[in-house]
Amino acid sequence: MAALRQIAFYGKGGIGKSTTSQNTLAALSDLGQKILIVGCDPKADSTRLILHAKCQDTILSLAAEAGSVEDLELEDVMKVGFKDIRCVESGGPEPGVGCAGRGVITSINFLEEEGAYDGIDYVSYDVLGDVVCGGFAMPIRENKAQEIYIVMSGEMMAMYAANNISKGILKYANSGGVRLGGLVCNERQTDKELELAEALAGMLGTKLIHFVPRDNIVQHAELRRMTVIEYAPDSKQAGEYRQLAEKIHANAGNGTIPTPITMDQLEDLLMEHGLMPTIDESQVGKAAAELAAAAA
Amino acid sequence: MSLTIEETKLRNKELIAEVLKAYPEKSAKRRAKHLDVHEEGQSECDVKSNIKSLPGVMTIRGCAYAGSKGVVWGPIKDMIHISHGPVGCGQYSWASRRNYYIGTTGIDSFGTMQFTSDFQEKDIVFGGDKKLEKIMDEIQVLFPLNKGITVQSECPIGLIGDDIEAVSKKKSKEYGGKTIVPVRCEGFRGVSQSLGHHIANDAIRDWVFEKTDADKNKFEATPYDVAIIGDYNIGGDAWSSRILLEEMGLRVIAQWSGDGTIAELENTPKAKLNVLHCYRSMNYISRYMEEKYGIPWVEYNFFGPSKIEASLREIASHFDDKIKEGAERVIAKYKALTDAVIAKYQPRLKDKTVMLFVGGLRPRHVIGAYEDLGMKVVGTGYEFGHNDDYQRTTHYVKDGTLIYDDVTGFEFEKFVEKIQPDLVGSGIKEKYVFQKMGVPFRQMHSWDYSGPYHGYDGFAIFARDMDMAINSPVWALTKAPWKK
Repeated sequence: MAALRQIAFYGKGGIGKSTTSQNTLAALSDLGQKILIVGCDPKADSTRLILHAKCQDTILSLAAEAGSVEDLELEDVMKVGFKDIRCVESGGPEPGVGCAGRGVITSINFLEEEGAYDGIDYVSYDVLGDVVCGGFAMPIRENKAQEIYIVMSGEMMAMYAANNISKGILKYANSGGVRLGGLVCNERQTDKELELAEALAGMLGTKLIHFVPRDNIVQHAELRRMTVIEYAPDSKQAGEYRQLAEKIHANAGNGTIPTPITMDQLEDLLMEHGLMPTIDESQVGKAAAELAAAAA
Repeated sequence: MSLTIEETKLRNKELIAEVLKAYPEKSAKRRAKHLDVHEEGQSECDVKSNIKSLPGVMTIRGCAYAGSKGVVWGPIKDMIHISHGPVGCGQYSWASRRNYYIGTTGIDSFGTMQFTSDFQEKDIVFGGDKKLEKIMDEIQVLFPLNKGITVQSECPIGLIGDDIEAVSKKKSKEYGGKTIVPVRCEGFRGVSQSLGHHIANDAIRDWVFEKTDADKNKFEATPYDVAIIGDYNIGGDAWSSRILLEEMGLRVIAQWSGDGTIAELENTPKAKLNVLHCYRSMNYISRYMEEKYGIPWVEYNFFGPSKIEASLREIASHFDDKIKEGAERVIAKYKALTDAVIAKYQPRLKDKTVMLFVGGLRPRHVIGAYEDLGMKVVGTGYEFGHNDDYQRTTHYVKDGTLIYDDVTGFEFEKFVEKIQPDLVGSGIKEKYVFQKMGVPFRQMHSWDYSGPYHGYDGFAIFARDMDMAINSPVWALTKAPWKK
């Protein structure tokens, strides 16, 4: 049996991490891989398309009910969904209370101690929006995910988040051996999106592993709480996810240590591609009306 | 054997240079600012203070939680103080400050009990507000005679963003306006316990004074109402102070906070004068009461007859002749007692030298008491003093005294080793280090389970204890077995 592959999906909130990761993992299971998805988002929606339902029994909610995480058994939290993909959700507090980051740490430690990774080919961590604190960096620490896939688009803030996540990976790359597997561009149909994504990947010292075109079929599948792979296995979009799955599968050991860029470099990148008019210092902080008046 | 002042200064300066040599360059530069030899005529001891301790050294300091829960709030006996967070902070500080009180513990007083929310992992992850509410409900049922609750925040509370203010307001409303005080004294805040005192003072201002109807308690004022501020009744200190004030004709309407109650705090804005013992921990609220209610405050010192005498007169100067005469009467009354104490102990203690390292006010306040016994304080320093403490210290210390702010374990050991004082006065962490060096020691935080040391009665006990430590026959028996 091949060694356990541990991967993680990060990216700006709302970018389509969970959708992309579940579709990709569903496609990976078609390649005969045994998969465990670890949802690391308090919203617990990382496994919804695989399980056809939002997971109710999260590790942390059950632990709170039982008293502590030591009172739980693996069977209590592990659910099996489409194509025998195993799913667990860390869960966490309501927005605005407690410490979700600590929750992620608690959950991952629990899974490791309980042997959740035994007999598995792939563990995939699906982590919320940004690496806001140490807890959400847990999956990229030593002996956790070896490759990180950053889901992004051609929007400036998505690229900004991708850069920030790269900084987090860089921090742990030397101590723990985590690598950036590549960028996955989830098409938003912004101007020159593919070109920009490739340029950013170049600057971050990685590659654009796949450009996932926008297709409404994803939405149709999602409304049925299904992946496209399951809902319409012969569709063009399912083919895109299969390609992504194959590329990730072939990408073992090819991760790189990212080279994050500065905010200025990111802005320059956008200007170079003509997405932003060239702005000099004299225009910073000026409202459109002010600039128009100055030009007149 | 005994050095001249100039020789002492030279020796102390060399000592400072010697200890600094042990540090890396940057640390030595920073520690140098905290060490000084006092020059007579200086307006302040030339040391930096209230600055973060250096990483790697053993500091004697505590944390903000210690300053609030341990010092300021803890002694308020009819309130229940919840150590909010994991169990350790409350457990290891449980009843360790010897704040004596009168009352029935568990019924109407709670001073030596430990209440904690005992945070578990799930409380960190999901937040502890609901647990806090439950604890308050249980307190209401189990201890119906409690007069209020405080929430003493431990570190995690500030990290996970629990809204203890909202819980406190909600529960206060539910219990018909009961005083419930959230205190943001997370241990990581500030450089020492000092910030905890300040935060606790501010909490009294915001959650007691500002929220209490001034006429809540029935109160008949007299022209002689004073409040004792900053006496924590260690071993009964506030009691032996209070009787002197009462004997001179004053009425003590509140004790802050040793053997104190929430009603006393509430009534304090009606005092005519606030008399302040521990300036460091309660100057903040004294200043506030001066600004808001126009109550003057005066610092006093009840260690040793010389300082007591001066303080009684100083306090009396704020009142009429009746009180001034009262002060003289009290001084005269205790003259025979203090003379006898001095007559007995001075011959045994004369010219003995002392080095101190303590908290709030004692590094300067106790110097007079030692001098009344003919002893000399040759070195002193504050755990968490500020610049204004060191300014006040100049009125107490003699030319050439070694001054050490936030002394490190290494420095203190070296200083004592070289200076070889007859007595060291510091805390429990220091005690055994120096006793093993063969130097007599007294704990000057807890009075070594003795006390009181305040007032005339306290002076008699103080003198006996110092004699007991220094002249114990045990020191003649401490010989290394390998030295025949």
